Parts: sequence; structure tokens; C-alpha cells
Amino acid sequence: MCAEKSDVCSGGPTLIFACSGAADVGEIADQAARKLTKDSVGKMFCLAGIGGRVSSIMKTTEATSKILAIDGCELDCVKNCLQQAGFDNFEHFRVTDLHMEKGKTPVHYDSIVKVATKAIETLSY
Amino acid sequence: MKKIQILGTGCPKCKKLAENAEAAAKDLGIEYSLEKITEINEIMKFGVMVTPALAIDGQVKSVGKVVSSDKIKKMFV
Repeated sequence: MCAEKSDVCSGGPTLIFACSGAADVGEIADQAARKLTKDSVGKMFCLAGIGGRVSSIMKTTEATSKILAIDGCELDCVKNCLQQAGFDNFEHFRVTDLHMEKGKTPVHYDSIVKVATKAIETLSY
Repeated sequence: MKKIQILGTGCPKCKKLAENAEAAAKDLGIEYSLEKITEINEIMKFGVMVTPALAIDGQVKSVGKVVSSDKIKKMFV
């Protein structure tokens, strides 16, 4: 559902949607997405806008070149949210894939960097 | 009075989108105002991160493409 870039005059960045859930792994996913934005790897975008089918958020997501979904755990809320909104062409991984256990992983900078690094690896495939 | 807003930094594609929107409004005989929003923070307030984009009466109708005049006509309805 991503757009051809030929019609785009500016933007078309990689959009990053992250779990921002209540659990520690959700917070780590969220913080990693913010770090990736600061580091200009992509732009964190509003998953709630997808859930709410907010027109401008939906249209921007349709027009972007690449999407990365970072879930906190196996519930895959980000992945499901995107799929139910009609997006099926995106990269995806979970914080728990990186041996971080839900409820037992303190939100430390090292964990955030680990997730951000995995995101860069995932996008480079 | 319809409010047409073109979101983009002012490149040829943004200008083409503005031309198409004006042509659509004129063909339909609609009274309109045209505003070009070129400042990136203002564009992002619309939830738009890819340009060019078109908003009519504050509602984003298209993002990341130069929509034809015929298609824009349907967006006014």
C-alpha cells in the first residue's frame, strides 16, 4: 500500500509505528522509535491515528515509501492495527524477539539501543 | 466559500497541484480561497509528512501525489 515515489515532492520517509503499551517492552519500543526519529533513520508516526482511521494519518501512511512496525510482545498490536487498516507491506519485529521478557525488562538506555539497532538491521534487508 | 490549502514546500509538483485544484474549482463554479502552506511544522500539524498534499476546508484529501483536476472535482462534493 506504499506509494510510488515519482509523485512525491518531499517526504516519503520510512514511517515507524511502535507499541507504546503499558508494559516495559512497550515503553522500550516507544523509546526506540523516538531515538530512531532523532537519529534520522525514519519518522515515528501515530499508531493511534491508524487505529482511529484519521484521514490525514491514513493518507500519509499510504503515501510513504516504507513502514516499520515495532511490537513490544507477541500480542502484535502494532502489526494487527496496521493490517486491519489495510496495510500489509511493512517490516516487523518484536522487542521480545531480542530476549527481553515482558514484565522483567527494566527500561534502560542499553535496551533502547538494542531495539534501535535491530530496527536499522531490519530496514536494511 | 471553499478553502483550498496546498501543503508543500513550493516545488513544481506543489504548483501543479495548486493549478489543478484551482481549475477544478473554477470548472465547478465554486467560490474558493487558495492558501499555500510551505512551512514544514505547519504541514505536520495536518498529520501530513509526505507532500504535495491537498486539504479542502481543513480536511486532508490527498497526500504525496499530484491529483488531477477531474479527481479533485469529486473531492469538492
